[in-house]
Amino acid sequence: MFTLDAFVLGAGGFSEGDILFQLAMFLILLFLLKKFAWGPLMGIMKQREDHIAGEIEAAERSRTEAKQQLEEQRQLLKEARQDAQELIENARKQGDAQREEIILAARAESERMKEATLREIETEKDQAVAALREQVATLSVLVASKVIEKELTVEEQQQLINETIAKAGDLR
Amino acid sequence: MNHEAPLAEFLGLTFNLSNVLMITVASAIVFLIAFISTRALAMKPTGMQNFMEWIMDFVRNIIKSNMDWKTGGSFHILGITLIMYVAISNFLGLPFAITYDHYLWWKSPTADPIVTMTLAVMVIALTHYYGIRMKGFSEYGKDFFRPMGFLFPLKIIEEFANTLTLGLRLYGNIYAGEILLGLLAGSLAAGFWGHLAAVIPTLAWLGFSVFIGAIQAFIFVMLTMVYMAHKVSSDH
Repeated sequence: MFTLDAFVLGAGGFSEGDILFQLAMFLILLFLLKKFAWGPLMGIMKQREDHIAGEIEAAERSRTEAKQQLEEQRQLLKEARQDAQELIENARKQGDAQREEIILAARAESERMKEATLREIETEKDQAVAALREQVATLSVLVASKVIEKELTVEEQQQLINETIAKAGDLR
Repeated sequence: MNHEAPLAEFLGLTFNLSNVLMITVASAIVFLIAFISTRALAMKPTGMQNFMEWIMDFVRNIIKSNMDWKTGGSFHILGITLIMYVAISNFLGLPFAITYDHYLWWKSPTADPIVTMTLAVMVIALTHYYGIRMKGFSEYGKDFFRPMGFLFPLKIIEEFANTLTLGLRLYGNIYAGEILLGLLAGSLAAGFWGHLAAVIPTLAWLGFSVFIGAIQAFIFVMLTMVYMAHKVSSDH
């Protein structure tokens, strides 16, 4: 250094005190900056790094959760759709069964009514026949009594018969 | 440019008071910039915090390009302080030079070989210290005989050469810049036409000196980390 000094342009003499001063100042500067500037700055940078990492992790987690929930919802929707399909199927089946039943019941009812009507007609007919028979008897008795009451000519007789028949017709 | 350095004796040591002044000023400016810009720290950085974080990332990248971050991380603070101190020191001599009573008071502290060599020796000493601390003394010693034993003398020379080039490169660049600035501003600018002729080269050289100051700060830190990596990393 001493010989160097002679050759270096502008070197203002060798001042060994500067060496110590520069060294001391630099070390003090290093220490102060570490304590007051770089330390806190590095702290906040680390904090940000951690924050970002945490956020990314949280986002990842919520994405997985959302995916899972979506899958769940899809499953539920599928089930609901299936249930609805089943319900419709059941209702249709039930409706078909009911229709069959109603038709059957109606058919039976109509059959029954027909039967009943036929029976009634039969009864009415029987009754009418019985009533006619009774009338004929009564008329015969009437005619006989008339005959007995009076000798009749053929014309009269004929007239009488006609009258009687007409009466009988009216009676009916 | 024939200004004297204001020397003073104190406790048997010679002090260049101009250096003492400028070292103090540079340190104060660096500290104030760093201190003020890290007052209102926030998770979402604004203004000066962005700038400081950019410097941190810049130095981090310098270190990462030389060694892995696990070993290099401990030199981060050294690197940031060094790059800011050297850069500010380089810029200090650019706006003006103050001479008083034939003594040169205001200049770049890095325009003096004593200052730059002090920084260089400190850096090289630190590389040796960390080399021993991180790899152990025997590994550190064996590194002088790698890759071949007969290279040992060259390795020893290399250490001194590294120290000298690291310090003198910085000194030479900054000192030459200031000399030329002084010439342009002082000698050429004589009379009206001299002033007129000096304006444009002065402006150009000022801009170039700013560039050189920043580049030299970067180179100083880069080489610091290169030498550091040479000593502390195990793969060569």
